[in-house]
Amino acid sequence: MSFFVETLVGGLLAGVMYSLVAIGFVLVFKASGVFNFAQGSMVLCAALTFVTLRDKGLDFWLAALITLSVMVALGIAVERVVLRPLVNRPQITLFMATLGVSFVIEGVAQIVMGASVHELDLGIVDTPIEIGGVQVSQFDLAAAGTAGILVVALSIFFNKTRVGIALRAIADDPQAALSIGIRLQTLWQIVWGVAGFVSLIAGLLWGARQGVQFALTLVVLKALPVLIIGGFTSIAGAIIGGLIVGAGDSVAEIYLGSLLGGSVSTWFAYVLAVAFLLVRPAGLFGEAPIERI
Amino acid sequence: MSFRKQKRIMSRAIGLTALVLSAAFGTTVSAEDAKTQYFPLATFRVGAYASSGIPAWAGEIDYFRYINEVEGGINGIKLVWDECETNWEVEKGVECYERVKAGKDGSPVPIFLPHGDPISKALTEKSVADKIPLVTIAYGRTEAIDGRVFPYSFPVVFSFWSEASSAVNFIAEKVGGKDKLKGLKIATVYHDSPYGKETQVLLAHLAKTYGFEDIQIPVPHPGNEQSAQWAKIRQLKPDWVFLRGWGVMTPVAIKTAAKVGFPVDHIVGGIWSGSEEDVRPAGAVAKGYLAITPFPAGANFEIHQKLKKYILDKGLSDLKDPKSFGSVYYNSGVDEAIVAVEAIRTAQAHFGERPINGEEAQWGLEHLDLSEKRLAEIGATGLQQPLKLSAKDHEGGGAGKVLQWDGEKWNVVSNGWVKSDRELLLPLIYERAAAYAREKGITPRDATN
Repeated sequence: MSFFVETLVGGLLAGVMYSLVAIGFVLVFKASGVFNFAQGSMVLCAALTFVTLRDKGLDFWLAALITLSVMVALGIAVERVVLRPLVNRPQITLFMATLGVSFVIEGVAQIVMGASVHELDLGIVDTPIEIGGVQVSQFDLAAAGTAGILVVALSIFFNKTRVGIALRAIADDPQAALSIGIRLQTLWQIVWGVAGFVSLIAGLLWGARQGVQFALTLVVLKALPVLIIGGFTSIAGAIIGGLIVGAGDSVAEIYLGSLLGGSVSTWFAYVLAVAFLLVRPAGLFGEAPIERI
Repeated sequence: MSFRKQKRIMSRAIGLTALVLSAAFGTTVSAEDAKTQYFPLATFRVGAYASSGIPAWAGEIDYFRYINEVEGGINGIKLVWDECETNWEVEKGVECYERVKAGKDGSPVPIFLPHGDPISKALTEKSVADKIPLVTIAYGRTEAIDGRVFPYSFPVVFSFWSEASSAVNFIAEKVGGKDKLKGLKIATVYHDSPYGKETQVLLAHLAKTYGFEDIQIPVPHPGNEQSAQWAKIRQLKPDWVFLRGWGVMTPVAIKTAAKVGFPVDHIVGGIWSGSEEDVRPAGAVAKGYLAITPFPAGANFEIHQKLKKYILDKGLSDLKDPKSFGSVYYNSGVDEAIVAVEAIRTAQAHFGERPINGEEAQWGLEHLDLSEKRLAEIGATGLQQPLKLSAKDHEGGGAGKVLQWDGEKWNVVSNGWVKSDRELLLPLIYERAAAYAREKGITPRDATN
C-alpha cells in the first residue's frame, strides 16, 4: 500500500511540473485565443539565458532580472512582429505563426548561447524526506510550492487588477472589450510578457531538474494532455490537469506497464486526454464556446 | 543536305556523345585521378543531441587536420571532408547519405559515418548496394559483427552486446568473481527504443548463465520524468543498475536515483550514458557514478599532446569550448578518426597509395590490425583498444574501461580494459545474423576470402 501511495505522490508532484509549462499556454490562449506552440522554446530560451548569464559570473538575482527582461521583451516582440500583423486571420494561421516562432527561437538561442548542456543549481536540496512512511522529494515539494504561489499570484492578477479584469473582458468578448476602449494590443503585450515570466519559472525548475539543454522544449509534449484535461482557459485547470496526468502516468507505468511489457507513459496521458475530450470537450474547467445560431 | 548542315549535325552528335560518355564514366575517371580522400560527415550540430555531437566532431576533425598538417595526409593523400546536418533524424541521415555517396570532385566515399543508431539501421541495405562501408563505432546492429551476412556494416570496437557483457563482468569484478553474481539482482533501466532494447536478449542469456536476476525497466523517450521507474527500483531493491540512456535521460536518471536513495556508485552507465554532458547537469549527486566506455576520457594520451601542439595551439581546432579537450565525446571523435584513417592506410598498402573507394575500404577494414605497436606509434595507447578485424568479426575489440565521476572529471577505475565474454556472445551473434540472412534471402559470404 505504501508503495502505491509513494507512486501516486511522486506522480502528483511530477504532474505539477507539467502544470507549470501548461500555465504559459493557458495565459496566451485565455487572452488572445492563440495556441502558442512556441511556449516550449520560450522555456528553453529562458533557462538558457539564465545559465549563460550565471556562467558569465552574474549574481543569481541579477541574472534572473535580466532574463526576465529578455523574456518580456521576447514576448512583446513576438506579439508586435508576428501576431499583430495577423490579427483577424484564421486561428490556424496564428497557430502556424507560433510554430514558426518556435523554430526561430530554438535556432537563434542555440546559435547565440551554444548547444552545450548546462548544470543549473537553484540551491534547493534534492534529498528525499519521509512523510508518514512515504518518501517525498524536497525539490518536487519546492516546485509544487512555487506552482501554488504562481497560481495564487495569477488569480489575483486576473481577478483583482484592472489589467487582469480587462484581459478577462477581452477573453470573453474582444469586440465588446474594444468598444469600451480597452486597448487590445497593449494587453496582448502584457500577457505575452507574463507568459515570458512563467516560462522563466518553468525553465528554471525544469532546468534544475534535468540540466539546461535542448530537451527542455520536449516538456510541452506532456503539457498538451494537461491542457486538454484541465481546459485551455483555466489556470486552476492546468494544475488539476497536471495532477491527473502525473498521477495517471505514474500509476499506469508501474501497474499497466509491467502487464504490457513496455513503457506506457508516452501515450497513457493522451489516452486520458482523449477520454476527457469525449466526455468534456472543453476540459474540466475550460469555457465551452456558446455561439448564437 | 548542305555541307554546313552536315557539319552542324556532326558537331552536335560529337558533343552529345562526349556528354553521355562523361556522364557515364565521369566519376570513375575522376576517381582515379583524384588527389584527395573524401570523408562525408553526417553531423548533428543543432537539435536535442547537439551537445553530444559538437565535441565529437571536433575530435574527429582535429585528427583529420593533424593527419593533413603534420603527416601530409595518408601517404601523401590529403583528407577533405564536409558536413551534412542530420539533426539525428533518420530521414535527414538517409538524405545526407544519398547526397554524398557519389563522392566529391571525383574523390570517392570510402566510408560513411552515420552518427546515429537509427540512421545506421536504415542504411544497412543501401550500403551493400552502393558498396560503401558504414562504420558505427559503439552503436549499430550487433549482429552486423558477422561480416559474412553484413559485408558493409562495421560496428567496430564495442557493440551493445559487448557493452552489456563488459558491464556484467565489471560488476562480477566488484563483487568478487563471476560465481558471486549468482543471486544478485541487476536492473537495466533502458531508453525505450530499439537501441535500448538491443541488449535484452543477451542480458537474459547472461542472467541464465551466471544466475543473477535480470530486471528490465523501460523509460519512454525523452526520459525527462522517471519518478515511476525509480519508485520501482526502490521497491525491487536491485544490487546494481545498468543504465542505458541517451540524452536527457541520463542526468534525470542520476538525479531521480538520488531522490529515491539509490546509491549512484552502484549504477553503471552504458556507452551513451557516460560522458561529461551526462553527469554535469546532474550536479553534485552524480559524484561516484560509474560508466563503461570504449572512449576513456583524458587529455594526457600522447596523441593529445600532438593535437594540442599542432592543432589547438595553432588555432586550427574545431573545438569551440577548450574544456571539452579530452572529454569522452572529443575522444570518441579521435577514436573514430583513427579507425577510419588506419582502414584507408591498410587499403592503400594493398591497392596503392591513392584515394580509396568504398569496396577497397571494406577490404581495408576487414584487414585492419591496430596492434599495441601500431597504437603506440599513433600515440593512442590506452585511448584505443587493440583491434583486429576480419570478415567474420567486424567488431574486433569488445572491451571497455569503467570510469567514475568525481564531481569534476572522470577517472578510470577498472583494471584496464574490461573484456566482454566474446566466446559466449559470438555464437549467439552468428545465430542471429544467420536468421537475418534467412529472412532477407542473403547468401552469406565465404569468410576465407
